[in-house]
Amino acid sequence: MSGRVLVGVKRVIDYAVKIRVRPDKTGVVTDGVKHSMNPFCEIAVEEAVKLKEKKLIKEVVAVSCGPQQAQETIRTALAMGADRGIHVEVTGKDYDTLGPLQVSKILAALAKKEDAQLVILGKQAIDDDCNQTGQMTAALLDWPQGTFASEVSMEGDKVKVVREIDGGLETVKINIPAVVTADLRLNTPRYATLPNIMKAKKKKIANVKPADLGVDLTSRLEVLRVDEPPQRQAGMKVETVDDLVGKLKETGHI
Amino acid sequence: MAALFKARKALSLCLSGCRTLSQLAELPETHQILRQTCRDFADRELIPIAAKLDKEHLYPTKQIQELGSMGVMAMEVPEELGGAGMDYLAYSLAIEEISRGCASTGAVVSVNNSLYIGPILKFGTEEQKKCWITPFTSGEQVGCFALSEPGNGSDAGAASTVARQEGDEWVLNGTKAWITNSWDASATIVFATTDKQLKHKGISAFLIPMPHPGLSLGKKEDKLGIRASSTANIILEDCRIPLDNILGPCGAGFKIAMQTLDSGRIGIAAQALGIAQASLECAANYAHKRTAFGAPIGKLQAIQFKLADMAMAVESARLLTWKAALLRDSKKPFTKEAAMAKLAASEAATFCSHQAIQVLGGMGYVADMPAERHYRDARITEIYEGTSEIQRLVIAGQLLKEYQL
Repeated sequence: MSGRVLVGVKRVIDYAVKIRVRPDKTGVVTDGVKHSMNPFCEIAVEEAVKLKEKKLIKEVVAVSCGPQQAQETIRTALAMGADRGIHVEVTGKDYDTLGPLQVSKILAALAKKEDAQLVILGKQAIDDDCNQTGQMTAALLDWPQGTFASEVSMEGDKVKVVREIDGGLETVKINIPAVVTADLRLNTPRYATLPNIMKAKKKKIANVKPADLGVDLTSRLEVLRVDEPPQRQAGMKVETVDDLVGKLKETGHI
Repeated sequence: MAALFKARKALSLCLSGCRTLSQLAELPETHQILRQTCRDFADRELIPIAAKLDKEHLYPTKQIQELGSMGVMAMEVPEELGGAGMDYLAYSLAIEEISRGCASTGAVVSVNNSLYIGPILKFGTEEQKKCWITPFTSGEQVGCFALSEPGNGSDAGAASTVARQEGDEWVLNGTKAWITNSWDASATIVFATTDKQLKHKGISAFLIPMPHPGLSLGKKEDKLGIRASSTANIILEDCRIPLDNILGPCGAGFKIAMQTLDSGRIGIAAQALGIAQASLECAANYAHKRTAFGAPIGKLQAIQFKLADMAMAVESARLLTWKAALLRDSKKPFTKEAAMAKLAASEAATFCSHQAIQVLGGMGYVADMPAERHYRDARITEIYEGTSEIQRLVIAGQLLKEYQL
């Protein structure tokens, strides 16, 4: 067993930023807007680092796809305890149309190249909310998957994953190598310690092009339009429960 | 071989590049990550509790321990001694972000780093460093700095606390006033006169553990601001300590105090910046949401002028602070710049917090919004670690030397 874990980290607009749609309606304003690591990716990194601290795995490799700035996100992962990084360079139009299908092809290629025994990703990104990359990566690799993980434990050549599903919690045991996607309650990501931030400076980030991995970045999707959500209409106050039922019937809700 | 040489040269260029003015325009990546980490900590761990800490005068024990485990309580201390081994620019960034969350916590962190650990790191023996620094790096224990007395603050040379040698001990008598962290500290540096004839050259510095026989604390002061950090008198009555507890040479106390305060000023400047920044953000957010005369008040010129003045005050003070830190990191003289930074930042803090209340109107006057707490917290920054008046004297003193007057 290589003992290597691949963790995907995505650079997204910071959760606290107020999103604005571009005037040309093709997307959202990203220039000069604060970006940070996707919160679910932070949880994924934390889980990988914890596995390494428990000596269950040997190496954590952080991967990010995007332009130059993606390296900042990788550095943050390194500061949290990842051992080295891989920056897959995707820029310009390719980056604008980069989606789960292309990213999962890249991750699958890297997982094979790095002989990873585990790929841990965030369950979804807070910008596109696709919730697809983990699942697609597993399918492309023909590996089992444990998604929406709220608990992960290694048991020999298997991984036990407790999944948060609509009905409650589901426990699955899957063979290694596998793909796991992190949900909110999996862990609380650590604050990078200052010595680790300093050490991160010396850790390596390798540069790779998608073409080197044999991945075609052509998108099968075309964004037609991006609009703001409709303005919230004011509500109505009623005096009694009967009034409430009456109004609901009136407006055709029941 | 050639590749190795090139790589080493590139690294040293990179490191020396770290000490240039270009850093004022864009911080190095490590510093950006550090700043973001401290900001996240302040947003998640400090801002939600700051009002409660202030209202109930609560020392942030858990948060100080967490900051300790991150390395923030001993930022300049080398890793071998348990610190983070970072530079003063990093320190000023950390203090600003922490103070933006909670000014009291910023004060505790700053005093531990600059005023307690600082002089021991610079003037202590290797034994003293291991004994008095290492246990104070994790956040489990904090230290304090006892220079001021009821009879002298700005007039530090007139220390009436005395220390006499008796056999194999020093015996100290006197009272120190306004000591930050006193009620939460496990050690203190006390400045006492060992030879009255030599005036300020007859003052020495001493390390005293807390608690200790002969050392007692006065009542916790009921302050206007930074209420989560304790401030009290330290009373010494025949307080006996081993001879080895003297810090630096006999008679070097005044010099140690002044040099320590030079660096401490950068920390306080950073704390004031945090308060000023928090006030600016509070005012700007409010101006965006509050409507009057049919539009958000941020659209009104009167409010815009205030916000512009506030932003400019913060940014210029910040650049002065960074410059002072960079000069110190390059081992260049920084006394004048540190005094300028502290003066500019503390005046920016009082100005911004004052204007923030003005922008918020009635809401600025009540505890529902943090503006009133920033106003109260800001006030001390113009007083401690050298009043604004003293800063002006320090700056003028340096200037006069430069112009050979």
